[in-house]
Amino acid sequence: MKNNNLSILLKGIIKENPVFVLILGTCPSLATTNNVAGALGMGLAALVVLICSNVLISLLRKIIPDSVRIPCYIVIIAGFVTIVEMIVHAYFPALYDMLGVYLALITVNCIILGRAEMFAGKNSVGKSALDGIGMGLGFTVALVLMATIREVLGNASFAGNPIALLEPYKIEFLVKAPGGMLVYGLLIALVYVITRGKAPLKKSFSCAGCPNAGSCQTACTSAQAPESEKGDAQ
Amino acid sequence: MEMFKSLIIILLSSVLVNNYVLARFLGICPFLGVSKKLDQATGMGIAVTAVMLLATAVTWPIQYYLLDKTGLGYLQTIVFILVIAALVQMVELLLKKFSPSLHKGLGVYLPLITTNCAVLGVAINNITDGYTFLESMVSSLGVGLGFLLAMVLFSGLRSRIDETNIPRPFRGLAVTLIAASFISLAFMGFAGIVDALFA
Repeated sequence: MKNNNLSILLKGIIKENPVFVLILGTCPSLATTNNVAGALGMGLAALVVLICSNVLISLLRKIIPDSVRIPCYIVIIAGFVTIVEMIVHAYFPALYDMLGVYLALITVNCIILGRAEMFAGKNSVGKSALDGIGMGLGFTVALVLMATIREVLGNASFAGNPIALLEPYKIEFLVKAPGGMLVYGLLIALVYVITRGKAPLKKSFSCAGCPNAGSCQTACTSAQAPESEKGDAQ
Repeated sequence: MEMFKSLIIILLSSVLVNNYVLARFLGICPFLGVSKKLDQATGMGIAVTAVMLLATAVTWPIQYYLLDKTGLGYLQTIVFILVIAALVQMVELLLKKFSPSLHKGLGVYLPLITTNCAVLGVAINNITDGYTFLESMVSSLGVGLGFLLAMVLFSGLRSRIDETNIPRPFRGLAVTLIAASFISLAFMGFAGIVDALFA
């Protein structure tokens, strides 16, 4: 049993990393990773929302009617995002300015709705909390990794501290928009090489819960996702 | 004239310079997912543009005449996402009833747009940037057209990628993102063009 719980916690960090393996939450992964501080803040904010929404949705899973579950999940998530937004605004104003609109956009982050639909809506509270922690940590680790690469090579600094040694060699375009996509693409290829044969097939955890499922044919099993999505929407 | 000029600047800068997909990373999911074929990409682009315009037309008055008046500004995120979701459903129902042909063309994309972060993003950004109603509408139009442009350009590029032999680890999303990075690099060339045009 303990082993099982541990695997729920750990799978989000490596085997089912939301960013590099599940390919969810691409927008914030690209937008907030041009510096390590912003990436860490974004990751932790999403982690908090993910744990809270997973727990609440798991508690309410027997009460929420199946046909309106997606709107219910969205309201719950948006509520927690608003709380996190207010806390960040009050206590970490610098981070609030740095993240800007992306903080509010945690609401529509596929990872959170996806986990609500795939995991929290079907599992007990404890497991859902562990899943939230694992996925949130996986998201944070991935963001910080991307941000480290981009900031060290692109801006010759780490979390705002300059690295004098790299100063003459910085590749400035890495901190700009195209660099984000390039680094992300290379990392996905790298993760594929590292986990070759070990990473589960995408089929085994379709992101049917994500409202973008039908459109993300690259990231989802195209066969079942659009069907179930259409059913939900009507 | 002055107002017209500022509207043109907003339009051009949101299409080219601050392209939501390529420069601000909003709406990446549909950009990567639906850009495989040109007709799908165009359909999705048009549907997103229409929903953005509608969403702005509804959320702007809600923010200024309802939330700000009653001091409920902190409910912005919840209210906006609910309004957008309801709006998309309504448009879908109306299209189904009154224009089945249009529904057939665009309807499949509509449910997917509800939580497209670009739509919520543009609604929130219009408020944070302090735009007037007219400016907000123009900015939404620009963002939508910019999305359409990026989708169409990218679908052309992807059809080329499909014909090439790509090393195994790069197949799928990796090469798609790298290709997107090059388009984004090209769009960086537009930085400053709008100011220069009207200088």
